[in-house]
Amino acid sequence: MSIQQIIQSYPAKSEYLLEMLIAVDQQKKHHYISAEEINEIASYVKVKESHVCSVMSFYTLLSTQPRGEYVIQVCKDVPCYINDDFNVVLTIEEELGIVLGQTTNCGRFSLEQTACIGCCDEAPAMRINHEIYTNLTKEKVLDIIHTLRGDANGRTT
Amino acid sequence: MIHAKINHIDVVVEEGTTILEAAKKYNINIPTLCHYPDLHINSDCRICVVEIDGYRGLKTSCSTPIRDGMMIKTNSPRVLNSRKTVTELILANHDVNCTSCTRNMNCELQQLSKNLGIDTSRFDNVLEYKDIDDQNPSIVRNPNRCIKCGRCVDVCQHVQGMHVLERMGRGHDMDISPAFGLPLNDQSCSFCGQCANVCPVGAIIEKDNTNLVWEKLHDPTKHVMVQIAPAVRVSIGEEIGLESGLISNGKLVAAMKHLGFNHVYDTNFTADLTIMEEGTELISRINNGGTLPLMTSCCPGWINMAEQEFPEILPHISSCKSPQQMFGTLAKSYYATKTNMDPEDIYVVSVMPCTAKKYEATREEFSVDGKHPDVDVVITTRELGKMFRQMGIDVNRLPEVEFDSPFGITTGAAALFGASGGVTEAALRTVYEIVNERPLEDIVFNSVRGMDGLKEAEVNLAGTTVKVAVSHSLSNARKLIEEVIAGKSPYTFIEIMACPGGCIGGGGQPYGTTNEVREHRLASTYIVDGNMIYRKSHQNPDIHKLYEEYLQQPNSHIAHKLLHTDYQYRKKRT
Repeated sequence: MSIQQIIQSYPAKSEYLLEMLIAVDQQKKHHYISAEEINEIASYVKVKESHVCSVMSFYTLLSTQPRGEYVIQVCKDVPCYINDDFNVVLTIEEELGIVLGQTTNCGRFSLEQTACIGCCDEAPAMRINHEIYTNLTKEKVLDIIHTLRGDANGRTT
Repeated sequence: MIHAKINHIDVVVEEGTTILEAAKKYNINIPTLCHYPDLHINSDCRICVVEIDGYRGLKTSCSTPIRDGMMIKTNSPRVLNSRKTVTELILANHDVNCTSCTRNMNCELQQLSKNLGIDTSRFDNVLEYKDIDDQNPSIVRNPNRCIKCGRCVDVCQHVQGMHVLERMGRGHDMDISPAFGLPLNDQSCSFCGQCANVCPVGAIIEKDNTNLVWEKLHDPTKHVMVQIAPAVRVSIGEEIGLESGLISNGKLVAAMKHLGFNHVYDTNFTADLTIMEEGTELISRINNGGTLPLMTSCCPGWINMAEQEFPEILPHISSCKSPQQMFGTLAKSYYATKTNMDPEDIYVVSVMPCTAKKYEATREEFSVDGKHPDVDVVITTRELGKMFRQMGIDVNRLPEVEFDSPFGITTGAAALFGASGGVTEAALRTVYEIVNERPLEDIVFNSVRGMDGLKEAEVNLAGTTVKVAVSHSLSNARKLIEEVIAGKSPYTFIEIMACPGGCIGGGGQPYGTTNEVREHRLASTYIVDGNMIYRKSHQNPDIHKLYEEYLQQPNSHIAHKLLHTDYQYRKKRT
């Protein structure tokens, strides 16, 4: 489906804005919604671009800037922080050779943090695209990255 | 009725009253910061918290309705400690170089810190400096001073319906910014400046042009003249410590002369001229099947919105330049010729209640010869107040001085331009008499006065009843515009002003412009009108003289060349 078709498959009401944005994001290899797409969505649901940007900026799931094929988002809330005895972020930074907020040169991985993803009982946790990984250990984190690296299709969902 | 106790005082108020309102009614002062009288309640800042017996946490008094039997403490140690901590935290993420801020000594955060007795800081400043947006001629946005109270967002979205400013991000990363963090100049911003007017700190301010004016006032080769807009005289008093309302023109003129202006003129003169030109245009459009409704063109905030968002509406807008621009044109053509001066040596300053006027003056087409802008620089009412303070001028003690000639005589109709509905009322007084060829008996059109968002009136022109509409604040304007675009507008003439209340409520007016203050300024405006010898623009003898000597007649070829303009679609991000 084209982006336009996705947008128009929803009623032209601002209540559907978030669903629309997530659906568009899922179609995009680099997990971002461009200024032109934002303009299209905004005029379709009759809100201003600033409103769409504001909604998007609230959710770490969405971005206006191109990101890697895999967007790794490490939970930064308290239970994950407390249970993180090996430093998830540092492990990934060292493995990928990037720091928080960056994308690898090959364009495959971005590393970010996110607010709570609802897995406090299985902390520490992270989300990669729409997949959740919990009870993380250093080995598990490295395993996940190695598997994704070997995955030629480039998507987990 | 609700019976409760605030600080052991019995209060009786109506159901639905907030604690803040109830306290105010009983003269108990609860400090606030994000709260602003005519805007939505956000309870963002937590300064107005109070302690209520039996309630677990502190409650924000601005948003908590008072309930029967509540025992409220507004100044308990817990409350005071909380307020102080919140303020200290705000200051820790704020550019606290107060002495180099426009709002120094006029800043709500500074006042609050002082009142709460904050004289030491427990927290290190953690502000991460962001870029300042000063890429447009009207408004400067300095995010380093922003305290994220959300007043600008509310006024931009709900009062003006522009939605340029929004909250971006979440938690402590939340920021207020236009879409994509772009400068205001790239957005469909009207530059109305309402955001600057409600900002409690120096995060959104007008682009300060006072230094440009000082420079020219001290340049002996320049003949510096100033024009004062009708709405400035009813608000400048607030800048010099008077109650909102009237100040005598004479004292204002005297003070301007003390600043060093060679001549002080009244924009009301070109407001009268606007009525002659626009009234004639209206009559001609009615008689010749022109595009109707005719929409007013005095307000640059509305023109910005129309050019950026509604290209279909442009043929409806009067081709008349605004009174500010008409004055600049006359200064550099008629006046230059009359006094044998080179336009190069004439420097025209405007004092306006408006930030969008700063943008308007920079438009390239507003120039007599393509070289010299009609108006060289615009300062707001607030900047004029600043100049008086810089010179230590005590306006109230000065003997009265008259406005200068040749634009000396003005009418009550022109004075009304400062108020929403004023242009309409002024136009009707003139158009009625020209078309019907008999005097208008009752010249006060009460139905277009006051603070209602949409107002209308009917007038009989040569046997036909004509409907006119008036709107102020851009969100109200949208309704009339959409009606016109849909071809369903029942009106012949529409007045649109971008700011609530019209120019008296403009973005460049003194801080603290609430609807209550607007009412005072409106009342003063009507007093000014009532006190004038002439109250209809076409009776102004100086206007007659101007046409005889120079412009021939309204809408003549030369009048068109000098006093009229056209509009272009300027697409921006919306």
